[in-house]
Amino acid sequence: MKRVYAREEVCVGCKLCEVYCATAHSEYPMDIVKAFLKQKTKPLPRILVEDNLSISFALQCRHCDEAPCTKACITGAMQKDPVTGIVRNDESRCVGCWTCILACPFGAIRRDNQGHKVASKCDLCSNGAEDFEAANASNVPVCVQNCPNRALQFLDSVREGGE
Amino acid sequence: MALSMNTPDFLIERNINRCINCQVCVRQCANEAHHWDAEEEKVVSDDAQCVNCHRCVTMCPTHALSIRKFPLEFRENANWTASTMRAIYKQAETGGILLTGMGTDRPYPIYWDHLLLNASQVTNPSIDPLREPMELKTFLGRKPEQLRVENGKLVEPLPPQIELDLPIMFSAMSFGSVSLNVAKSLVQAAETLGIFYNTGEGGLHEDLYRYGKNTIVQVASGRFGVHTEYLNAGVAIEIKIGQGAKPGIGGHLPGEKVGAEVSRTRMIPERSDAISPAPHHDIYSIEDLTQLIFSLKEATNYEKPVIVKIAAVHNVSAIASGIARAGADIIAIDGFRGGTGAAPLRTRDSVGIPIELALAAVDNRLREEGIRNQVSLVVGGSIRNSADIVKAIALGADAVYVASAALIAMGCHMCQKCYTGKCNWGIATQNPQLVKRLNPEIGAERVTNLLRAWEHEIKELLGGMGINAIESLRGNRLMLRGIGLSDRDLNILGVLAAGE
Amino acid sequence: MLREGEVRIPSGCAISGIINRSGQVFSGEDIIQSIALMHDRSNGLGGGFAAYGIYPEYEDFYAFHLYYEGAEGKELTEDYLNRFFYVAESGEIPTRKTRAIKNPPLAWRYFARPKPSFLLEEENEDEFVVRSVMYINSECKGAFVVSSGKNMGAFKGVGYPEDIGEFFCLEKYKGYSWTAHGRFPTNTPGWWGGAHPFTLLDWSIVHNGEISSYGANRRFLEMYGYKFSMQTDTEAITYAFDFLVRKQKLPMDVAIATLAAPFWKDIERMSPEKRILYKAVRAMYGNLLMNGPFSIILGSSQGLIALNDRLKLRSMVAATKGDFLYLASEESAIREVCPQPEKVWAPRGGEPVIATLEKRGEQGYGTQYEYARLSN
Repeated sequence: MKRVYAREEVCVGCKLCEVYCATAHSEYPMDIVKAFLKQKTKPLPRILVEDNLSISFALQCRHCDEAPCTKACITGAMQKDPVTGIVRNDESRCVGCWTCILACPFGAIRRDNQGHKVASKCDLCSNGAEDFEAANASNVPVCVQNCPNRALQFLDSVREGGE
Repeated sequence: MALSMNTPDFLIERNINRCINCQVCVRQCANEAHHWDAEEEKVVSDDAQCVNCHRCVTMCPTHALSIRKFPLEFRENANWTASTMRAIYKQAETGGILLTGMGTDRPYPIYWDHLLLNASQVTNPSIDPLREPMELKTFLGRKPEQLRVENGKLVEPLPPQIELDLPIMFSAMSFGSVSLNVAKSLVQAAETLGIFYNTGEGGLHEDLYRYGKNTIVQVASGRFGVHTEYLNAGVAIEIKIGQGAKPGIGGHLPGEKVGAEVSRTRMIPERSDAISPAPHHDIYSIEDLTQLIFSLKEATNYEKPVIVKIAAVHNVSAIASGIARAGADIIAIDGFRGGTGAAPLRTRDSVGIPIELALAAVDNRLREEGIRNQVSLVVGGSIRNSADIVKAIALGADAVYVASAALIAMGCHMCQKCYTGKCNWGIATQNPQLVKRLNPEIGAERVTNLLRAWEHEIKELLGGMGINAIESLRGNRLMLRGIGLSDRDLNILGVLAAGE
Repeated sequence: MLREGEVRIPSGCAISGIINRSGQVFSGEDIIQSIALMHDRSNGLGGGFAAYGIYPEYEDFYAFHLYYEGAEGKELTEDYLNRFFYVAESGEIPTRKTRAIKNPPLAWRYFARPKPSFLLEEENEDEFVVRSVMYINSECKGAFVVSSGKNMGAFKGVGYPEDIGEFFCLEKYKGYSWTAHGRFPTNTPGWWGGAHPFTLLDWSIVHNGEISSYGANRRFLEMYGYKFSMQTDTEAITYAFDFLVRKQKLPMDVAIATLAAPFWKDIERMSPEKRILYKAVRAMYGNLLMNGPFSIILGSSQGLIALNDRLKLRSMVAATKGDFLYLASEESAIREVCPQPEKVWAPRGGEPVIATLEKRGEQGYGTQYEYARLSN
């Protein structure tokens, strides 16, 4: 399956990926201004840019083959889709216990305290698209599409050299 | 503290209805013109720091920003203009030379824009570049008096030539004045396009040695990074006598820009200012140049053509003639509009002459002396588009050098602050955080796109003139007509007026 | 209105050429008939002929054909010739009154040889003659050298070629090689010197087409002392051949490859030796590449060469019968004088058709010509 890989040597730490991720998962997925200014709750990004001085890169859920969060989930809201491989949190079932956050080795899950408390994490912008092939072919995650310096790539496997 | 009379040059306009306070502008401005006010929970801007590089404008996801000239008006004065007065305020406060970057922005006439091209009609068909081969291949180097052919074979090979798939090369930009990522972008584009890039006077970084067959190495007055391996690394050696942007003075790279990599490549101590002397201290007269040319040829076993690069100044014809006779294989002339990483403002704006006139004069003089065939001519100093290239070749050039255009393709917005080392586009800086911003993949792609686009345009223009090989355009001044030029200008350029 | 030489006048045309490779001479009637058939390709503003082998009794002398527009030109030229040349014979070129030909200049011919004492060190007679021709054309006002070769002559002027042929009584001359040209200039210069063929020594060129590389070609050649008095493409082609073959001493096929250079894509596929050679030729003499439509017939004492530009933008047909080779812009012009040729073909762009005079194969400007190639 394709995952998002970050290249820290060209990441400029602008955090535009966070802006686009948050917008895509808000009530106004196509309108950044409305998402941030009109929506009552603050849109939350599921990708986070880690930076320290001149080093920076974007981190999000790795959609692990053996996802610890799915094992930790007490309600079964956190599921790995057997066809697409995407680990998704079914927010209608999530009770906000935060166990998955403790379990995630990457720290890629965050708390969404606004409204109905849920765990918030990357879903590879699959947003309910059932057809995996179509999703993979055309549905490149918005963080990858909008990175101004091609620091995020949507690839089938890790780069040669295993970095 | 005494009162500073420096008012901001630019005004940052933020559309409150569109700003989402994402702080991308705060993070992206190396001049710290934007910052986050935690108490007010919003981004605020300091106009005085803005240099109009448009980084924030381009990065803002909601296009909430715009930059305008700071709306401060002096009483109208055609002589004491605002910029003239501000220059005096600055010098009164600092006592220093005014510095600037890139090429002159003064409104001197642009002769390219006064030259018109021909097209074939009726008496001669135009050629369709999509259907017929259109050949742009160019050879630069010294040509012998005669070719000797016996039994269908060439008896003696030509002196060393460099072969270009397009009559365009990237002009010298030193590692130090620009980042390593710029060099990587240019050399990768050069490799894809089948042309060359120039190391400039900063030496050749070890990562770039593998691109040697697309590299021209430069030997400038400071001799930075010059050693035998360096000389043999490229396909040609360029002796930099002068540069169009600042004829008569040498380069100056401030110590801040001399980090570990620059220090190693240039072979100078870290944090020391890299000052290239004005003349080469071993070239005080034309015969000294002959000596240097031949020492370089000896060091490289006569396998590489030697280019001599001069700035376009008043007696450029005589100088060029001397250089041709001194043994140079290629003469590169840089017009007064050429760019630079740092130069004194007054030198940049007042010294040198336009490349169009210099080219016409040198081409004429070399032909009058019967030696035009022996050397190739390369010109630069603001070649902005494919039409400029076609006109330059029609005036007599063999190829052109472009630099500013390539940087603009990579993102330069001509804010002219290269000397500060805070280039927000990752071009004219050594700050690792800023250098990252130019991804060489993207840089190479953009520059390649630009030159490919120019290649197609050149082919269309040639086809329109009924020409299918660039050799037939070289020096073909009958393909040009002048418009809006005085008789004197027409005379110097050697072209007729439109209508004649 | 500016005349030829002061301004550039492009033109379209008709060309024709006949050669008997065994050197057998024949009258000018045939060539006149051939070119007359292509009447509509001209507009009456220029016509001309080059004839080889017409002065056998003076075959070792340079036959200068001069046009004078006034007595002054004649005086200046004759002063020059008498000073530097030994003139064996001179006289008016015979003409007949023809209704269609108006205001002809005075046409004279001189059979002369350079006086050896005036040759510069290392200069041969040919070089001296070239210098003299350049001098007369540029310095002797009102005089123009029409041809300057040995045992050959050019006859040209303002009018349809068949009328020019009639005017100069060409049916009375007998030569082994004839070329003809009819012109369609886009202006009315009214100057006899502007018609084709253009000659230098015993090179003559008749040319159909327009060369867009003219400016580049000219500026290259001017560096080597060629003075362009005509501002026609034909002048550039003639000087280019003279430069490449006589001065640079290149073999004829290399000279042709310079003017109608093979494409890079074709050079890439050649054998390594040929690749190196043609790369060097294009790198060195690129400025002499002739761009633009052209079909030319180059005449010399050794034979004829016909050549098209590498995109074949002008017509050219060749035919053979026995010892005769015919060339023309149209097949009908060939069939007019040779109704049943043995072979007829249209040469490809950039490929020359070469006919060498059998008995004089080896002499001349250091070249070896080939026999006519019967391609396709």
